[in-house]
Formats: sequence, structure tokens, C-alpha cells
Amino acid sequence: MENILLMLAHPRYEKSLSNKALIEAARQLPCVMVHDLYELYPDFNINVEHEHALLLQHGIIIWQYPLYMYSPPAILKQWMDLVLEHGWAHGAGGRNLENKLLLNAVTTGGSGDSYGPQGFNRYRLEVLLRPLEQTARLCRMVWLPVFTVQGTFLLGPEQLNRYGLLYRRALQRLSMRDFDPAGIRNHAFLNEWIESGEQRCAHD
Amino acid sequence: MIDTFLYQALIYLAAAVICVPVAKRLGMGSVLGYLAAGIVIGPSGLGFIGQEGRDIMHFAEFGVVMMLFLVGLELEPAHFWNMRRRIVGLGGLQLAATSCVLGSGLYAIGFNWQAAVAAGIALSMSSTAMVLQNLKEKGLSTTAAGRSAFGVLLFQDIAVIPLLALLPFLALNRASVPTANHGGMSAGLPGWLQACTVLCAITAVVAMGRYVIVPLLRIVARAGLRELCVAGSLLIVIATACLMKLVGLSPALGAFLAGVVLANSEFRHELESDIEPFKGLLLGLFFIAVGASINSSLIAERPLLEFGLVAAIIAAKALVLAVAGRIFKLSFDQNSIFAVSLSQVGEFAFVLFAFMGTLGILPGEWIDILMAATALSMAVTPVLLLAQECLILPRFGTRQTDERPGDRVDVTNAVIIAGFSAFGSTVGRFLRANGVEATILDNDSDQVELLRKMGFRVYYGDATRLDMLHSAGAADAAILIIAIDDPATNCTLAEIARKHFPHLTVMSRARNNFGAYALMENGVDLVYRECLDASVRLGIDALVKLGFRRYSATRAGQKFIIYDEAALHKLARHRHDEKAYIYTTRQEIQLQEELLSNDRTAAHGINDHAWESDCCPRDQ
Ligand SMILES: Cc1cc2nc3c(=O)[nH]c(=O)nc-3n(C[C@H](O)[C@H](O)[C@H](O)COP(=O)(O)O)c2cc1C
Repeated sequence: MENILLMLAHPRYEKSLSNKALIEAARQLPCVMVHDLYELYPDFNINVEHEHALLLQHGIIIWQYPLYMYSPPAILKQWMDLVLEHGWAHGAGGRNLENKLLLNAVTTGGSGDSYGPQGFNRYRLEVLLRPLEQTARLCRMVWLPVFTVQGTFLLGPEQLNRYGLLYRRALQRLSMRDFDPAGIRNHAFLNEWIESGEQRCAHD
Repeated sequence: MIDTFLYQALIYLAAAVICVPVAKRLGMGSVLGYLAAGIVIGPSGLGFIGQEGRDIMHFAEFGVVMMLFLVGLELEPAHFWNMRRRIVGLGGLQLAATSCVLGSGLYAIGFNWQAAVAAGIALSMSSTAMVLQNLKEKGLSTTAAGRSAFGVLLFQDIAVIPLLALLPFLALNRASVPTANHGGMSAGLPGWLQACTVLCAITAVVAMGRYVIVPLLRIVARAGLRELCVAGSLLIVIATACLMKLVGLSPALGAFLAGVVLANSEFRHELESDIEPFKGLLLGLFFIAVGASINSSLIAERPLLEFGLVAAIIAAKALVLAVAGRIFKLSFDQNSIFAVSLSQVGEFAFVLFAFMGTLGILPGEWIDILMAATALSMAVTPVLLLAQECLILPRFGTRQTDERPGDRVDVTNAVIIAGFSAFGSTVGRFLRANGVEATILDNDSDQVELLRKMGFRVYYGDATRLDMLHSAGAADAAILIIAIDDPATNCTLAEIARKHFPHLTVMSRARNNFGAYALMENGVDLVYRECLDASVRLGIDALVKLGFRRYSATRAGQKFIIYDEAALHKLARHRHDEKAYIYTTRQEIQLQEELLSNDRTAAHGINDHAWESDCCPRDQ
């Protein structure tokens, strides 16, 4: 079992529905540590040494956040700027994050269809997240397909519950290393991968 | 007795009050003004004062003693060490070379070699009193020229002691003359015993400074009487001078030493501001006496000899100084200021010449001539400096007034903190942690002592005193932080600062809204209410304990502070009208609550369809 560091970046978590559903589901896994950035660093004064220590203790890192203006909320960027230091996370001697898995769990107001060349938001989500993906590569981390909850304003409690279960199942399998590293990259979203696995199980 | 004293005081004061402002108006500096006043009232002028001028000069020499005490006070040992190259290198070079040049000149015009050496050395002294005053008035103290001049002067002042001790060896007829320790208690003792007494006296001054004077000053400070502090300061200077006289050393040197010893103490600025006015007055008196002592009949008899001598001496000194300055890599402008400002013969020459007279090294007639030349050269310097400023500098070079920032050791701190109890010390610690040293003033001597033990550089003194602020460097500082416990005192200080140091950015602590209004009325815009930030922080934590998200609570707290600050400025306008004040306060509180709750209750999720298409929401 690999430890999971679940970093949550939500500036208005008290009003959240989707992210809350995901977090509550994930919390039930003992291998998950929820690391609530806005709660810990309300003034953006990130404790870099502490963050480094946490990163070293975990093999899987998750950035979970609602999409705000096509990017993660500001504190995650602040975190990246301060914590992913040259010489520690990348560059000469910066191999501390090598081979760790990085998963982005993103909730968006827009639906899945709206993210695409024909859609209202014009770009596919993974395209919008390219800077994050490249950052992961720079730090020699393994970038996983994004886990998404989209069209959030259309989701009722039941659907949110289903997303929660799916998320928990995904984290569990990742933590057990129960996946084929090459195969997983064929999926555009982690949701697909875990659903296909579920179906396979159902077929068996 | 009283009558003559009053009469004399009247003449001196009137002369000074009339001549000095006129001289300053004409751009000549105060020294020239005092000298002119002396010439006017002296025997060769209106003749208000006659031969007693010499006695006055003796008395006024005490001004030089005080000046050296102050010079010492400004010079912490570490600083002294930093300047060692300038002091010993440049100072030594100047003294040796100038003595050689002037000595050989005198030898050439027929002095015997002993007289030539002795007079050469005496003439190579420059006037600390005059040069420091001139440099300060022209704002040149911190330039390369100013600091080099300071080093040279310091070396000369120190060199006077061994010189006084060595002069007797040049006496023609050694048996018949007194020793260097003219009139001292150790006179007549064998050489090694004399050396011992000198050493003991110096040790005594150093030890007393540390273990007697500072505790004594603490007791005096605790009594809380202004005039007692002044008396204590004067006592220190006079006592040191007496002790030095007793063992036959120069009082000026002793005072200088005492100053250095006390430079590190918390009373530094207090002593400075207490002694400063006395020093100023006595130095003024000294310059007047110099002016009055210029023997015009002597000059009138042999004008060519006298003026020729002065010109030759000044030229030779300036030349040597310029060469020395070159060697020590001063730029052209700085070097010319350096050379001209030190080109006169100084007050210590009077002492040395007088001593040479008693030793019989020089004939009395020549002593008079050389003393007159000394006084004349002092009178000429301000004129030369003025000429240089108006004629030479604008034409050549770039008139650099400041050096590269790297080695300003003696520049005052940019920040002054008045009041160093809990509030001020927190500010001070924070600034220091960020590499900003502040000059700290506090008038609770127990507190000062405690803080000093904890390693803070705190000075004792009442910050609302103008002279105290001056010696703390308010004229050159950028920020004054007012952090005294008593709100009324803070207001007074703010008022003084605004009036006398309008360039200062004043930042003040305030106990509550009313304290803040009072400060704002005194022109302080940067007002920090003690209770505000800490209360809001507590409030934020309380909200978190009740289940609020920390980020939201923090933002709410920050906004609350901003709204409250804005309200403060609005309310300040109504503070004298109770009705309007209460009305506005209520309005403001209501507004604040509305603003904050808007933020809290806004339901941001309802706009999420906006990320779907730009038309209206799907049926929800
Ligand atoms: C300031 C702001 C910016 C947003 N920007 C986007 C966006 O660029 N694209 C999008 O699809 N949704 C956007 N949304 C909608 C959020 O992504 C959505 O409310 C969130 O994912 C819902 O998750 P939650 O219930 O955990 O808050 C934005 C919402 C806010 C408040």
C-alpha cells in the first residue's frame, strides 16, 4: 500500500458540494492524508520545509481542486512556485519527486462536452492542464490521466455520491499499485479507466 | 567683580549675536563670524576688550576639551578600529611630512635646528574645532574628504601628548627647564614613574567610565531632573579634565578618552545633547578670543613678514595634504576640499608655542609672530573654503558630496524608535531581524539597562526633547517610529517632529480611536491602533474554533481591518461633534456588517452554468 497525499485547494470549501463529496469518500481510506492548503495557509505563507517532508513521505500526490478560470485556484500555484524548488524537485540534485504518481482531480462547472474544439470552452481539459503536466514531467513525476467531475451544477446528491465512490475506488487501486502503467495512459480520464475496470470485474 | 563679568558677557554675546548671523548670511560660516566678532571687539578693533582676551582664551579652551569629549562620544571603539588606516596612515603621513617641510623652511630662514623642528611640528597641527565645524555646516562630514580630515585631526590630537612629553629634549639648556608635565603632580619624578602615573590615569579614566560613571548616570537619570543630568554630564567632562591636569596630561585628550569610553553606553545621546550647547558657546568664545588676540600692531609693523609667513605656511600645508590625499586615493574634488580645509594652523599650536616659550626653545619675539600667524591662518581658512566652493569646484570636477554606500560607518540610522517597551521592542526586533538597525530612545533608565543587557542598543533620553532628537540623528533619519506608552507624550512628539523635522515619515502607535484622532490632528497619517490587529486575529481564531474555514475567516479579518481603517478616517472628521460622531459610527458599523455578510452569504455556485454557454441557465 502506497501512501497518498491528497492536496485540496478550494478557497470556498464551506460552500462546496462536489469537492466535499470527493473528499469525504477519500477520507475513508486509511492510506490517504488530506492536506487542506487554504485551511493551513490562509495567508499564502507556505511552509516549504514542512511540505518537502510531507512529499517525501508519500508515493502518490493528488492535486484536487475546482477549476477556476481554466486553472487551479491561486494557492496551488503559490505552492508550486515555492515548494518545487530547483535543486530539490528538479534541476541538478533535484530528484526527490522522481517516479511519484501525480493525479489531478478536477471539478468543473462546464460539462465534459463543453471542453473540446466544438464546445463552449474550446479546449479539452487535458490541454488546459498542460502547464501542470509539464511541471510534473520536469520533476520526473508520473502524470496520470485526470479524474474529473464535470457539469457540477447539474449534479444531485446521488450522482455526487457515485463520483465519490468512483474516486475512492480509483485511489484504492492506485495505492495498491493495481494498474498497468502503460495501459492507464490510454485513457483520457481516470474515470474511464476505473469504470472499464469495474465493468471487467462485473463481467468476471 | 560681578559688574565686569556682566559687562564682558554683554560684549561677547552681543558681538556674537550680531556678527555670526551676518557672516552666515554672507555664506561664510559661523567660525569666520566669531573671528570677525573677536577682531571687532579686540584691542586692534574697537578695543572693548584688552589684554584679558588671553585669559578668556584660556577659559574658552575648555570648549576644545568639550569638543573632543563629543568627538570621542561619536567614536565607538569598533568605529575607531575601522578608521585605523585613515587615522594612523594618513594622519601620520601628514604630520611627519608637514613638519619636515615647514621645519626645513624655518631652518632655511635662520632658525637653529631644535627651534625649526619644534616650530615645524607645532605648525603642522590643524584646527579640529574649526575644521569639524566647517565640515558640518557644509554637510561634508560623511564624505571621503570629511572622514579623511577627521582621521588626520584625530591623529594630531592624540599626537599632542607624546609631543608635549618630547619637547623638553629639544630645549637648549635642559637642566634649567621644567619637564613636559608642566605643573603636574608628577613633575620632578623620575621618567619611569611619570610614565606609570600617566598609565594609571588613563586606566582610571577607562575604568571609571565603565564602572563609576555609567551607574552614577543611572542614578541621576532615575531622579528625573533635567538640570541634574546636565550637571552630571558637565561633571564628567570637568572631572576628567582635572584628573588629566593633575598628572600633567592634556585635558582635551582625557576628555576625548572619556568620550570614547562612554560612546558605547546608553547615555551617549543624552550626554551629547547636554554638552552640545556648552561646547558651542565655549567654542564660539574661543574663536572670538582668537580673533581678539590677533596682534595688529605686530602685523602693522612687519606686514610683509607676517602675511608672507601665513601664505607660505598655508601653501606648504595644503600642498603636503594634497599629496597625502592623492596617495590615499581621494578624488580631485574631495582632495581639494580635504587639503584646503586642513591648511590652517590649529589651536593646539597655541599650547605648543606657549610651552616652547617656557622651555626657551624659541625666542619670545618669534613666538608672538608665530602665534599671530596661527590666528591669521585660522581666519583665512573659511575665506579659502568659500573661494574654493565658489571658484574652483564649479569649474573642475563634479562636486561629489557622498561616497559609495558601502563604507558609511558613521552615518546615523535611518530609523529612530522612540519608546522601547513591548510595542516598540517588537517593532525593533522585527526590523533588526530584517537587517535594519534603528536608533532607539527610551526614558526609563531601568528599562534601558535591562534591554542593554539583552543586547539591544538602546539610549537613555527623553525623545520629546528637541536636542535629544537632534543627537539621535533625526535630521538625517528617514523614519520616526513613535511607540511610547503614554498617548499624550506620543502626540507631543508627533507635533515636535512635524514642526522641526518635516522630512521625517512619522509612524505612530495609538491606544484607541481617540488617541488616533489626536495623532491625526497632529499631522500623523500612519497611525497604528494597538488593539486592532491583535483583536482581529483573536476573532479569526475564535471563528475557526466555531467551525469557520480559516481562509475565509482570515480574509474576513483582513477586510474588517480595511473597513475599520477607512471608518477611522471618516469618523475623525466628526470627533468634536458628539451627535454627528455617534450617528456616523452607527452608520459605519452597519455598513461594515453589510459588506462582510455580503461576502459570506454570496452563493457562488449558482453561476456555474456560465461555463456551459452564455445564454440563460438551463431549467434548474
Ligand atoms: C471564480 C470561479 C471561477 C470559475 N471558473 C470556471 C471555469 O473556468 N471553468 C469551469 O468549468 N467552471 C468554473 N467555475 C465553476 C467551478 O469550477 C465549480 O463551481 C466547482 O468546480 C464546483 O465544485 P464545488 O462544489 O466543490 O465548489 C468557476 C467558479 C468560480 C467561483
